[in-house]
Amino acid sequence: MGLPIELIINAAVAGLLLGGFYAAVTIGISISFGMLDVVNIAHPAFIILGSYLAYLLNLTFGLDPILAALVMLPAFYALGQVVYQVYYLSFERRGQDALRGLAFFFGLLFITEVMLILLFGVDYRYVEASYIGPTWRLGFVDLPLRMLVPCVVSLLLVAALQLLLTRSFVGRAIMAVAQDPLALQLMAANPIRIKRMAFALSVATTSLAGAFLIIIQPVEPSVGREYIGRVFAICVLGGMGSLPGTVIASMLLGVVESFTATFYGPSWAPAVAFGFLLLTLAVRPAGILGR
Amino acid sequence: MRSWLFFFVALAVGALIFAIALLIRSDYLFFAGYVVLQFVVLATAWNILGGYCGYVNFGSAAFFAIGVYTSVALAKLGANPGRYLPEFLATGLKPLLPLPILAMQFFAGLIAGLIGLGMGYLTLRLRGVFFAIATLAMAVVLQTLIINWDFVGGARGAYIVRPASIALGPISIGYIEYLFLIMLVLAVVALTVARLIERSRLGYGFATIRDDELAAEACGVPTLRLKLIATTISGAFMGMAGAPFPYYIGYVEPAATFGLPYAVNSIAMPMIGGTTSWPGPLLGAVLLGSLQQIATVTISSAVNLLIVGVLLVGFVVIAPKGILGLIEDWRHARGKP
Repeated sequence: MGLPIELIINAAVAGLLLGGFYAAVTIGISISFGMLDVVNIAHPAFIILGSYLAYLLNLTFGLDPILAALVMLPAFYALGQVVYQVYYLSFERRGQDALRGLAFFFGLLFITEVMLILLFGVDYRYVEASYIGPTWRLGFVDLPLRMLVPCVVSLLLVAALQLLLTRSFVGRAIMAVAQDPLALQLMAANPIRIKRMAFALSVATTSLAGAFLIIIQPVEPSVGREYIGRVFAICVLGGMGSLPGTVIASMLLGVVESFTATFYGPSWAPAVAFGFLLLTLAVRPAGILGR
Repeated sequence: MRSWLFFFVALAVGALIFAIALLIRSDYLFFAGYVVLQFVVLATAWNILGGYCGYVNFGSAAFFAIGVYTSVALAKLGANPGRYLPEFLATGLKPLLPLPILAMQFFAGLIAGLIGLGMGYLTLRLRGVFFAIATLAMAVVLQTLIINWDFVGGARGAYIVRPASIALGPISIGYIEYLFLIMLVLAVVALTVARLIERSRLGYGFATIRDDELAAEACGVPTLRLKLIATTISGAFMGMAGAPFPYYIGYVEPAATFGLPYAVNSIAMPMIGGTTSWPGPLLGAVLLGSLQQIATVTISSAVNLLIVGVLLVGFVVIAPKGILGLIEDWRHARGKP
């Protein structure tokens, strides 16, 4: 029995586009969880917050959602700094970050979700932009612009972050704090300040990821939960804190999910990420590009 | 106090509560009390793994839902055995059907415990963080399974008709009183088990895992086995807490059953009460559970969830040892002027 080759190629392309978007969703976790060892499970909730802010700016000023996300970047950066400061003062400094830190972020996730429900209700919201409707066709391959634009911008974001981390002083300091905070201190750099910047950076990415999410699909406050399994699966599979690994793992998950959705039905897609996560944890906890 | 003595004292307190509730004769009291008791069980169960071992389970809602859907499936099967079972099984089981709630509770506990065991086996060998994340993801996956499973109603949900009353031996009591009684007994059992664990070798083993897993392993504590025991017991109690729920609520659907409120409450209650011993979850569940019942009636149900979230974050940041810890500190401070 021959599967139609067009269908397979289309599913693969859709998966790669989806994977590009997943990279933007996960990149923050790769920094906060992978490098800083801060288990920020509220990350998806911040993404939804980003979606709603993009929605608000789009609705009131007619601003392009991605532009709106760029405008909101400093606000998210500040939010990240505040969250890290509270986290550091209450947990990391006291050396009991494991259990209570998790409960703290879980509480944040919950508060964000309930606040959004109180403010916006549980209706699905969507944005208006010129590239949401049309689709490019290359031969028999469909490239819906509402997937292509987030994917391209997201890859640009990852490239920019990678440059920042490997070329700039601050970026190298972040990589260093991930390896050995004490050594950083001996070099007369304040590891807490560097970690705060890195965490703020990771929260700032959720502004963009949120905008991508609401471009791709209508959003309601609780969709963030579906991404918890995904982001951590990708982060672990990508080797905890390696940005190129994150992109590869996102693409892989995107393609597998896309095939599952095409051949078994979209309602099974969330189960794929979980299978991925369990398989990775059981077989190769170090990930594809793990150290 | 010996454990069996504790059990009977707790049972007597439970009987007293039940008698007082019967005397007041308000159905609302039973409906509200049932929810509070259910949270006592959930919080105690969560604490066996979370408080004693230090492993965070975000999937309480999933274990609870396993119990709920076990009941739904068994009730459906019991309502029409000829349709779903082969004939020899259907006729053989006929006198047993429909199953009583206690039997459903047994199966719910069994299944939830086994799923807890499986989950734990796959993820507990790694760092605790991965277990926590896996429980979150598991909730999503189980929800996906239930949504795609038509037999228990899928995404549409399922109706369960609650009988008006039930005969317990010679006396007949209203069904809600019966459900309240079941949950009361389960709460007493859960508290007794938690207290028993706390004071046994098992509990000391759990505490070593919480304090320093590497050192415990080095001293020959079988950490993986202990963690698996904790996950199984904890999961089983959560499943048993869920089993009577369809009869209580009358209509269940996946989104609400797997809802975040259950997961948050079962974490918030022990955290607020105090996680190191059994009175903590009890205190937290009774306080927070009653507060929510009052807030739901007087303000709104969304606001009451917000209160829970804010209290959780507030307590873990400001008073990490919970109310019990605060009381202890206060007594300490008074003892040393």
